[in-house]
Amino acid sequence: MSARLLAQWCALALMLLGCATAPSDDAVRTEAEAVMKASFKARGQADLTRLDQDETQRLCSIYAGKALPRDVAARIEQANLATIRYPSDGKLAGDWRNGEKIAQEGRGKQYSDDPKGPVGGNCYACHRLTAGELSYGTIGPSLYQFGKTRGYTDETRKYAYGKVYNAEAFAACSNMPRFGHNGILTEQQIKDVVALLTDPQSPVNH
Amino acid sequence: MGAALTAVAASVAFAQGSTADAIAKYREALQDGNPAELWEARGEELWKTPRGPKKVAFTACDLGLGAGVVKGAYAQMPRYFADADRVMDLESRLVWCMVEQQGYTQEQATKVPFGDGSAKRSDLEALAAYVVGQSRGVPMRVSLDHPKMKTMYALGEKMFFYRGGTHDFACSTCHGEDAKRIRLQDLPNLTTREGAQKAYTTWPAYRVSQGELRTMEWRLNDCFRQQRFPELKYDSDAAVALTTFLAYNANGAPYAGPAIKR
Repeated sequence: MSARLLAQWCALALMLLGCATAPSDDAVRTEAEAVMKASFKARGQADLTRLDQDETQRLCSIYAGKALPRDVAARIEQANLATIRYPSDGKLAGDWRNGEKIAQEGRGKQYSDDPKGPVGGNCYACHRLTAGELSYGTIGPSLYQFGKTRGYTDETRKYAYGKVYNAEAFAACSNMPRFGHNGILTEQQIKDVVALLTDPQSPVNH
Repeated sequence: MGAALTAVAASVAFAQGSTADAIAKYREALQDGNPAELWEARGEELWKTPRGPKKVAFTACDLGLGAGVVKGAYAQMPRYFADADRVMDLESRLVWCMVEQQGYTQEQATKVPFGDGSAKRSDLEALAAYVVGQSRGVPMRVSLDHPKMKTMYALGEKMFFYRGGTHDFACSTCHGEDAKRIRLQDLPNLTTREGAQKAYTTWPAYRVSQGELRTMEWRLNDCFRQQRFPELKYDSDAAVALTTFLAYNANGAPYAGPAIKR
């Protein structure tokens, strides 16, 4: 498998002390991608194109665990900001009750999931949202009282919609999936999640 | 108002503290009787019995310390095997011995990969349980001296940070920071020595919720499933590379499996 890489690694070092020189970071990355493509197989709805990286995924992989240069971060955010499609009817918030169901639902897009659905946002996996749900994760910040602290304004709703649609537009290399851009949630589902976050009646804001 | 919020926060913290405590107590109680012992016993039997078209026992199988030597072998895997000219983790090596020594085909040896995620099981779970159990208490000591081990480690590290799929997830999304959790499940930070040691040394493990013993390759594939990636091929180089990355990061810690988990 990695004979190619090993050959590159060793070629220049042959006359010296064996393989003392490490291959370049790019060479390792290219080889890792080739090995991964040979090491997975399509199953259910998850085909091998899931391993193909877009520019954002590629850059965020390169800089994972390192400081992200400011110009790279700006490039990622600009490119992702341009992808956001706000609802054509101008309504940013839907029904918070549906939003709560979407926030609880962890299924969707796994090879073990029914391709016909349901598909959820699984928000509670990473975020605290309501006072009532104690089983929440901590990878993302607490969103409890999201609307109450930011104000029940169009600006808050627009930010929430954009953030759920494409989190990379606001924080390059965020851990948060791009639910709208990557076609995980529908426009209506994102509206319902926005309602969960920004409706004064929502338990998020109690 | 401030007092009420503090009270709410305190009760949430209390409820979560007690949940975490209850889970910890539950895990502790389980350690007393780990059903993994049943897999270990079955694995030992399988290890010593002549098998396959060639009627050869695993006592001919070299896990790196000589033919049939099991004691402490797992604590030094993955490793480079000259006879196969390949870096192998335990599961790859078991498959190699089944094919090269016992006469099975690759398809026969891997026909139920990862226990197929169901109640079906292959002999590999039992064999893995037996072999790893023979390294219990032995400090992890994976060597990168061989250049192909260095390569595997470097590839595994890149794969660990490789973002892809519908959700942009990499291994590092969940396992790259300290003290994070998904829902109430604590997540080890596998980029730190302490985190890798704690996680790596407790796989394979008996999964109470599934009533099955699960191997390290199963663990990797089930993470990839939740990452929304396609299925990891059993005995693939990506599986070996990631295992090499994690095992080396766990060096120094006494191996403690097969463990018992939720």
